[in-house]
Amino acid sequence: MRTVDVLIVGGGPAGLAAAASAKKQGIDNILILERDKELGGILNQCIHNGFGLHTFKEELTGPEYAGRFIDEVLKLGIEYKLGTMVMDITKDKVVTAMNREDGMFEIQAKSIVLCMGCRERSRGALNIPGYRPAGIFSAGTAQRLVNMEGYMPGKKVVILGSGDIGLIMARRLTLEGAKVQVVAELMPYSGGLKRNIVQCLNDYDIPLKLSHTVVDIRGKERLEGITIAEVDNTGKPIPGTEEDYECDTLLLSVGLIPENELSRNAGVEMDPVTSGPVVNESLETSIPGVFAAGNVLHVHDLVDYVSEEATKAGANAAKFVKGELKGAGKDIKINAVDGARYTVPRHICVENMEDILTVRFRVGAVFKDSFISVYLNDERVQHRKKNVMAPGEMEQVILKKDQLLSYPNLETITVKIEKE
Amino acid sequence: MKDIVVIGAGVSGCAIARELSRYKADVLVIDKCEDVCCGTSKANSAIIHAGFDAAEGSLMAKLNVKGNQMMDKLAEDLDIPFKRNGALVVCIHKEELPGLKELYDRGIANGVKELKILSKEEVLKMEPNLSDNVEGALFAPTSGIVCPFNLTIALAENAAVNGVNFQFDTEVTDIVKKDGYYVLKTNKGDIETRYVVNAAGVYADKIHNMVSNKKLTIVARRGDYCLLDKTAGNHVSKTIFPQPSKMGKGVLVSPTIHGNLIVGPTAIDIEDKEATATTKAGIDDLIGKAGLSVKNLPMRQVITSFAGLRAHEAGHEFIIEEVEDAKQFIDCAGIESPGLSSSPAIGEMVADILKDLMKLENKDNWISKRKGILNPSELSLEERNKLIKENPAYGNIICRCESVTEGEIIDALHRPIPARSLDGVKRRTRAGMGRCQAGFCSPRTMEIIERELGIPQEEITKSGGNSKIVVGRTKE
Repeated sequence: MRTVDVLIVGGGPAGLAAAASAKKQGIDNILILERDKELGGILNQCIHNGFGLHTFKEELTGPEYAGRFIDEVLKLGIEYKLGTMVMDITKDKVVTAMNREDGMFEIQAKSIVLCMGCRERSRGALNIPGYRPAGIFSAGTAQRLVNMEGYMPGKKVVILGSGDIGLIMARRLTLEGAKVQVVAELMPYSGGLKRNIVQCLNDYDIPLKLSHTVVDIRGKERLEGITIAEVDNTGKPIPGTEEDYECDTLLLSVGLIPENELSRNAGVEMDPVTSGPVVNESLETSIPGVFAAGNVLHVHDLVDYVSEEATKAGANAAKFVKGELKGAGKDIKINAVDGARYTVPRHICVENMEDILTVRFRVGAVFKDSFISVYLNDERVQHRKKNVMAPGEMEQVILKKDQLLSYPNLETITVKIEKE
Repeated sequence: MKDIVVIGAGVSGCAIARELSRYKADVLVIDKCEDVCCGTSKANSAIIHAGFDAAEGSLMAKLNVKGNQMMDKLAEDLDIPFKRNGALVVCIHKEELPGLKELYDRGIANGVKELKILSKEEVLKMEPNLSDNVEGALFAPTSGIVCPFNLTIALAENAAVNGVNFQFDTEVTDIVKKDGYYVLKTNKGDIETRYVVNAAGVYADKIHNMVSNKKLTIVARRGDYCLLDKTAGNHVSKTIFPQPSKMGKGVLVSPTIHGNLIVGPTAIDIEDKEATATTKAGIDDLIGKAGLSVKNLPMRQVITSFAGLRAHEAGHEFIIEEVEDAKQFIDCAGIESPGLSSSPAIGEMVADILKDLMKLENKDNWISKRKGILNPSELSLEERNKLIKENPAYGNIICRCESVTEGEIIDALHRPIPARSLDGVKRRTRAGMGRCQAGFCSPRTMEIIERELGIPQEEITKSGGNSKIVVGRTKE
């Protein structure tokens, strides 16, 4: 069985950054396994711009952003296999994968970085009643059809869900000559970035109906129409608010789910809130030497943060291989309460921290003129005002190692949203 | 002039076709849809019932028990998965416990083997996720689970290999009785045949009433289902039925042969025989009722919901006979549950009727066995690598959720009854059947269909007719 020092599952933005980072830490025996025909992951179908503002201080398209990382991986001479599906990962870090050339093969990895990304929630998961005709697509599938294959999914479109891909596709399909009639969002707020609402809906006069959902789907063969209705504050449709739309296409942009079947089978502990692995300050999962980064860990809003996170995961995987990642000290749990839904990482060993640790999280509702607070035990040590916080955008707090080390009897760290 | 035309390529029509393929006769199966298994056969509980439910002495009871007994050999011959996982009829009201004994007695009278009444302790030991209110259960070890697509397709393929012809997208609009033969008027022209088998499911009344003055009424009785992710597939190991009560037959919870969990059906009589739309009320009803016999059902794991239509005849009995006032016309009507379970016996019964009427002779070279689509995940590592070396398409995963390879999809497109649509591929290979519900694989599968069958992507459908996936090219 072949042995690899750092094996990276997935050649998207997370995998590419993790690989480059591990290489720069002096690890040569690295292998990226990618299931698609090329490196770059989902960025390859994101042909709109707006990527890389943080990382490169310029606006790139998805393929351009991916291209910069691909170039680096190629320049660093990192090995990768395309068209290769990872079938299984064991807790002992034996990875089974398959492709056309090598067949099915096993690799013993010293460390693994999970970079499988996420998938879209489907209609079935929502249990939308009605017929099951052609013409119902997840927004990402439609994006692939339009941007990669050159086909139009339809001409008269309704979009359910205001996730970023749905918003981007509202604009994309409009530019391709389709009529996007409405975007319905179940929640009283959008799931996407503010800038996407402005640039993709408002600029094209596409209405966004908050607190609305699809309650019926018509058309036996191809979609013929849908009905949307307003929902009450428990998410139940309000009778009498139904509106019918004639359409041949319904796009769903109703959430992303980290793709963790492999992690689960390996026995990695999962966080029920993020649907991603529970990780520590090194982005290491419950299996020593198995790290996670990017959308497989928690769904990100900006790819820049994916790259940043994966750079760290790759470096820590390299340290693990070199025996430089210290063993566990005392574990401090980070509690996310009062509006903060989760944190990544969820627990930290202060001794293993770098000088500064960025803790990322999302809020569970829209908060205006509120504060992000950090408590060490019962003492508030950070209190930062934000004008608006929304579930569609990630938030962060910075923890400093020296402050935590000097804190007597530190038991818990709490991140919460406070009105005052 | 055909010898026999079978109208309807559901599980009954295909089982009949396979049995008829033993004999020297020119047989044609026609269906208004684009493929076999597009009506009632594709959307049901996928259970091979033990046979204790049907009324004693009924044809339903007889064919159910017989069909159940035939399944092992049939599954082996046709290379399809079948598992006797057993069924439990669960009683949750102490005062209804005597009802279990009634079911037991009926089962014994129907010829069901190995039935047993279990105490609360015994049944909870067997199925820990049953409701805490369980008081006892009837255990039927011979109950089984099967894939209705696999079964129907396998029957059809085996029939086709033995010379039966299949013609799809062909809808019968009228039937004209001639001297000693019939003319079927269809959207694809006239078809002349000496004998007709009416296996038209929910439309069996319409077809029957074209030739007979003794009118038949088939009511479409809709059943809504939820299918759960494979992560929920072990929630129960047996098929769990609530005790039938005056409130109706109730909602079952069962593992499927592929490892998912199925919950359903509702029972709603409807006018429109095409109305396979689920409703919110139906799904809500389903979820409420399923929770009565099984606890902690992980309904958040639903990956899809769907509705099927049972072909319900007022007398709740199978009608399998030569029509009295239409000689040479054989009804196979009212085939609702346990129709899937009975299908092997239905096939045999109809073929026997025709054999007697037509004095059919056996073929010398009838092929009883059929080989299914190769499933590489069942091979050893060595065998699998040998396969990939010979045909690299088996190393290329197209459907990530169900681990379906390009090799399997190519196979499905070149079978004796080939898939022509995304759903056709899905029913044969499970590509698109998993938790992402074809989001990932459908563009990839479309490319393979275009390449293998020469159908331009703009013309590829989800399930025939006007169900095209894309509407054209983007701007140049």
